[in-house]
Amino acid sequence: MMRNKGNLVSATCLAVFGVYVISVASKLAYVSEVGPGPGFFPLWLGIGLVSFAACLIFASLASPANQDKADPITWKTTGRALAGWLALMLAIALLGRLGFALSFVLLTIFFIVALDRRPVLLAVGVGVGLAVAFQLIFVTALDVSLPTGFWGF
Amino acid sequence: MDALSNLLLGFSVALTPVNLFWCLVGVILGTMVGVLPGLGPAATIAMLLPLTLKMDHTTAIIALAGIFYGARYGGSTTSILLNIPGESSSVVTCLDGYQMARKGRAGAALGISAIASFIAGTVGVLGLMLIAPPLARFALRFAPPEYFALMVLGLAMVVFLAGESMVKALLAMLIGLWIATIGTDLFTAESRFTFGQTKLLGGVDFIAATVGIFAIGEVLVNLESQGGAEIFKIAKGLRNLLPTLQDLKDCRFAFLNGSIVGFFVGALPGAGATVASFMSYGIEKAFSRHPEKFGTGVIEGVAAPEGANNADAGGALVPLLTLGIPGGNTTAILLGGLILWGYKPGPLLIQEHPELFWGLVASMYIGNVLLLVLNLPLVPLFAQILRLPYYVLYPLIVGISIVGVYSVNNSLFDVWMMGFFGLLGYLMRKLDFPAAALILGMVLGDSLERALRQSLMMSQGDLMILVNRPISATLLLIAAMILCLPAARKVRSWRVEAIERES
Repeated sequence: MMRNKGNLVSATCLAVFGVYVISVASKLAYVSEVGPGPGFFPLWLGIGLVSFAACLIFASLASPANQDKADPITWKTTGRALAGWLALMLAIALLGRLGFALSFVLLTIFFIVALDRRPVLLAVGVGVGLAVAFQLIFVTALDVSLPTGFWGF
Repeated sequence: MDALSNLLLGFSVALTPVNLFWCLVGVILGTMVGVLPGLGPAATIAMLLPLTLKMDHTTAIIALAGIFYGARYGGSTTSILLNIPGESSSVVTCLDGYQMARKGRAGAALGISAIASFIAGTVGVLGLMLIAPPLARFALRFAPPEYFALMVLGLAMVVFLAGESMVKALLAMLIGLWIATIGTDLFTAESRFTFGQTKLLGGVDFIAATVGIFAIGEVLVNLESQGGAEIFKIAKGLRNLLPTLQDLKDCRFAFLNGSIVGFFVGALPGAGATVASFMSYGIEKAFSRHPEKFGTGVIEGVAAPEGANNADAGGALVPLLTLGIPGGNTTAILLGGLILWGYKPGPLLIQEHPELFWGLVASMYIGNVLLLVLNLPLVPLFAQILRLPYYVLYPLIVGISIVGVYSVNNSLFDVWMMGFFGLLGYLMRKLDFPAAALILGMVLGDSLERALRQSLMMSQGDLMILVNRPISATLLLIAAMILCLPAARKVRSWRVEAIERES
């Protein structure tokens, strides 16, 4: 049931997205002086997206819900993954200010303590250990530049 | 006999201590840059090119070519162990390689990858040695309509990447094609779908997208379960870490398929190793006796694309050395090097500088052996990474992903993109959309649109140009047949069901 609902929602989103692609593409030239214009290819892509999304909507509505054998999507588990993703995005936002090393340590601590419910000391140890390893391998040995914070690492 | 005596000349050049040493340095460097996502062979060769100016030119090309094909060996390692494609051509390896790792067969996957790379790499060199000039002339017959047909054939491989739903695979592919349109239109310089972001004018970085979808998406899926779920089974004993005789037997066709497809696609300028790896995977699945198992950790699903992306290295040198046409970024830099050293790559290069061409060919044989000898003993060592507890492994994957993506352009924007693609990869997994189909669309989108628009310019808008030419018509016909396969299978299963009901 949930998967069918998921299919329906995703197909509807894709259909709306297809309409957006068509609307942007229709503002670009379909034909230019030298041949097909910049709007030519995206317009047909948008039409394809809307058409196949419509097929998926139709298939989701037509198929009986009990045919689906896949695992249902649960909000509890999805919430944990989304919390992990938000933490990652926050760490990326901090990369420019705090630098790679500190942002990475904070992200690791969040993963281990908040999501995995393990001791803070272990999380700090893993985070600092990995950050030092990255610094030694990539920055010192391979001369790869990483984002640095106010303190230079 | 000519080829044999020339090859002997080549070995006399390649086996000198100094050339052997630089061949070894090249393949080791190549393997290292292949393992790390983002740090590709093109950037490495570009960085090292100035250092080669004072070297003997044959030695220099041997070292640089070693980096080129060595990177193809290394690209599979992180794909198999961490689901992070080290190279764009290793994206397909993630599909079955990572699943093999999850089932405790990481060592077998890494081993078969090294063996397939060795076999296909050697076949690629044989092809370069024996059929380079005629093949290069054939490749020149590829005009935009033929390239369009080739790209359509590549897209038809979506049939083999689809899981339960063909419609979902096609939708994912269309999203990939749309992502490829983001940026500045090459023909009119008009910006498309950039959402007002100047950093999107150059398009979406491929490495950021693939690392996000595969690596970050995988981490997010695994974050769902709290504490201690065993993610990887680890095989015990050194013997179980390498491919078995049965594995090698199962991969016979995959070795052949990867070698041939990789070499011929590589010889076409602009097609590239990524296309070759997708095509060989599709062919492998099409002819497999158990196509339904692909994507769940089938060893042929690793051998075919890994073979293809290594045979491609030999193929890519065909137009470079015989016509002076580079097929991709790395060969373009190699061409720059040849010109810098005073050579004129073209039809006369082999005759005028036999020591350079045949020395390179012979060094590639030696390089492939060195890579196998270096890589096989490293398999058990690499496989140990999976023994790390998952609370170390996931931060490690995220850290490598950030470093790999950032190091490509030193751009935080690319890291943001990786994050967004990570969420997309997660949602695609949850909703059962095949991520590989999206990547296929992204890889081929730009070339497909360019070839189509150039073809229509040539014909002044007449679509018949795509089917009036024999090569493009043949390729399109094959693509149409592949696209009809799922329908044919469905009809067949309905018939079987109907017969069973009647009886």
